[in-house]
Amino acid sequence: MSDLVSQKVNMIFKSLKGETVHALKDISFSLKKGELLTVLGPSGCGKTTLLNIAAGFLRPTSGSINLGGKEINGPGVERGMVFQQGALFEWLTVNENVNFGLRMKKEDPVKTAKKVEEWLDIVGLKGFGNTPTYQLSGGMQQRVALARCLINDPDLILMDEPLGALDALTREKMQSLVLKIWKETGKTIILITHSVEEALLLGERLYVMAPRPGRIHKEYNLPFAKMGLNGDLREIKNHKDFVSKREEILSMIWNMEEEIMGKDI
Amino acid sequence: MVTGFLTFFIIFAVIGSILYGRRLIRTEKSDAVFGNPERAKGGIHWVVVGASFLILSWLYYSWDIAKSFYPKSANELCQVAKVNESLLSLKYLFPIVERQHKSTAIIKRENLNIEKKITLIQNNANLKSKDKEILINILRKTKLMIPTLTSEKYLEDNTKNIVNELTARINILMAEFPKDSYPTLSVEEKNELDVGLEKQLGWGATGMEVPTLPESKRGLKFHVAAVELNSISDEFFEMRNHNPEYLRQSESIFSDIKEYMDGLDDGRELDYIKDIKKLVRRIEYASIFPPKTLNEFEKSIVAFDEVQKNEQGGLTVIDALLFPAGKIVSNGSQCSEAGPGRWLPKPSDTFRIFGDLLKPSVGYKMIPMLWYEMMGVNQIVGFVLPDWIADIMPGKYPIHKQDGTVDPNFKSKVLDIVTGEFKAFKIPIPAGHIWDSFLRVFLGLSLGIIMGVPLGLFMGLNRFAKGFFDPLVELYRPVPPLAWAPLVITVFGIDNVGKVFLLFMVSFSIMIISARAGASGTQLSKIHAAHSLGASKWQILREVIFPNSLPEILTGIRVAVGMCWGTLVAAEFLAGTTGIGFVENVARKYMQYEVIWITIFVMGMLGLLFDVTIRKIIDKTIPWRGKG
Repeated sequence: MSDLVSQKVNMIFKSLKGETVHALKDISFSLKKGELLTVLGPSGCGKTTLLNIAAGFLRPTSGSINLGGKEINGPGVERGMVFQQGALFEWLTVNENVNFGLRMKKEDPVKTAKKVEEWLDIVGLKGFGNTPTYQLSGGMQQRVALARCLINDPDLILMDEPLGALDALTREKMQSLVLKIWKETGKTIILITHSVEEALLLGERLYVMAPRPGRIHKEYNLPFAKMGLNGDLREIKNHKDFVSKREEILSMIWNMEEEIMGKDI
Repeated sequence: MVTGFLTFFIIFAVIGSILYGRRLIRTEKSDAVFGNPERAKGGIHWVVVGASFLILSWLYYSWDIAKSFYPKSANELCQVAKVNESLLSLKYLFPIVERQHKSTAIIKRENLNIEKKITLIQNNANLKSKDKEILINILRKTKLMIPTLTSEKYLEDNTKNIVNELTARINILMAEFPKDSYPTLSVEEKNELDVGLEKQLGWGATGMEVPTLPESKRGLKFHVAAVELNSISDEFFEMRNHNPEYLRQSESIFSDIKEYMDGLDDGRELDYIKDIKKLVRRIEYASIFPPKTLNEFEKSIVAFDEVQKNEQGGLTVIDALLFPAGKIVSNGSQCSEAGPGRWLPKPSDTFRIFGDLLKPSVGYKMIPMLWYEMMGVNQIVGFVLPDWIADIMPGKYPIHKQDGTVDPNFKSKVLDIVTGEFKAFKIPIPAGHIWDSFLRVFLGLSLGIIMGVPLGLFMGLNRFAKGFFDPLVELYRPVPPLAWAPLVITVFGIDNVGKVFLLFMVSFSIMIISARAGASGTQLSKIHAAHSLGASKWQILREVIFPNSLPEILTGIRVAVGMCWGTLVAAEFLAGTTGIGFVENVARKYMQYEVIWITIFVMGMLGLLFDVTIRKIIDKTIPWRGKG
């Protein structure tokens, strides 16, 4: 029963000038344990707001999100988060970054060290434990961020454009890594992205969101993530269904963008 | 000696470096374009040239090169200065340094003054016409007094004789002066000179003075000639052209004045009388002679001046080349340096005095610059532990008994410990001016950091704290720290407490602002990450916000050190009895230019030391800065 259930979540921001922005409107969905959801949408559609609510950094104006039957009420260890820039603590080494959560819980350092080694092995950073994080490349930093989040054994992993700032090659490698981790741990994952390709490739389910007010525009159930677990990601990208879905979603987003621009001008 | 070698060494270094640099430029010409920053890299040889020029300028303008190559030159120039000084008053009489004869100038001026006074009196509506008439009459008489001085026919034979005699004396001096046998001193004079010379210290030994007594043959010549010229000049200026005709006129004027003053009721006219009296006196004491009387005298002076200039020989060249921007001057009994040689101390003297200052037994004002002193551990304990510890102990302090003795109890024993009244071994602790200054900066800065950083972080994270403390900080921070100094020093005393408090004020505001900037500049995503990793508020503060603010805090410390150092030195100028700024201030009062320069140098070096140390600490502590 560790399903994620969102019930009519509304988020209305009020600026100091008194203007209101309806960031999210009546978002309702439910996610079973072990599902991988990708969220796609033009900028300003409330993707990150939704994620922040799920993480507990924001309280919704109305409605609620429940995880395993419990209402989310503030940040917690059971919901791990991976940020776009890694948000690593650059004054710490890779080891210290990864074991940060366990140190905060004051767990046994010997056990912690063993766990850290395991996780560094999984994300492919074996032997980098004592490297200061500011010396790592962008991709390696994201691997550390993944390990740091996973070592806490969260029920839900929230990823806010985790691969957005990486170059194409690293990105592909990281996409495989995300899939691998998803398969091995069986975690529930929500991944927000800008890239249509990434959303199609990684998402078992895909929500396309529309802005003003932020809402779920269309929902897809996709086979590609399952295919990607075993197959070659590049092959899938050239799959006929994949290409047609990609074009469909791209034109959808283009229409949304045009609508916004038209409204603005 | 050392200076001489150094000079040559530097000149060789400069020439070598320039040649090397030229060769390098020639070989690089083809593969470096203008504007390429690579071209500014390297170039130690130009550093050598730059540093050499600085040292060479110092050696040259402090006249140390002159001192090193011609140690006697200053003494000889002093003797020449004496001659020039004696000659100067005589030369001023004639159109040698001035445009016209002094007598001519005085006559012109006083005639004008008399005319002016007459018009003034005539136009004064407050004066009665009778008074006016009398006053103008006296002024006319005064004017008529001048021809009695300038007319050849009134000139007395006695005056003529004195002038001729003085002229003859100059001529004799002129004839004798170039001879090798000049001067011939009596045995007594010679002995006196030798005794004086034995006591005489070298050039620069006493500060800016130059040894006065002649040390060389040439110097002796000028010295003796100066004595003779002084006596001639004295005699000339004692001589007055007061012939009987002049005296008669003068007496008549004064009797007129007396008569007029006797009949005077109120004192309003007294001002005019005073002015007229002054006028008459001025004419009386001016050396006014008939136009041609002093011709021969003038010629002799001009001729002698030529002779003495010739006799200076190579000394003029040394004076022109090695004594730049100034000269040795004589005033009365002593000679001194005038120009950069005075306020720019010679390197040789400076290093000698620096060495003396560093000696713990000498120091400055009985306090060493940087040394140690033995202090009992009991004193330190007594200083560190507050006395109230004894007061809060159980029981009461003992009362004396009938036989006049006091039995110590537990409470009184504790009091002895906290006040330092027990026997203990001694340990060395640093002491001295430099240490005192350093300690003040260190204490002020530490207090500022200890209190400023937590408050700054708090202000960066909490709206109430920011709002509450902001007015306080912003009100006192923009005031220049030295503007607080008089108040703080008056309230907290001129000793350490006042200065440390002042420095605390300086560093406190800087630390608050930098810590606040550091805290409020923490990326939200890092805070979010820490939250979702299960960190508590306190853990986030200690493990995320504080290390994240470290770059700002350390930069703040670096700024604060610089500010504290500058403020401290100025505060030590204001008041106090120790410290490097105090040393400079005292040296200023006694015009000890060497000490002033030494303190400037020491302050610069200490400032640099602080900065380099903190830069090293920054590099070690926050290697991630700028790479995040």
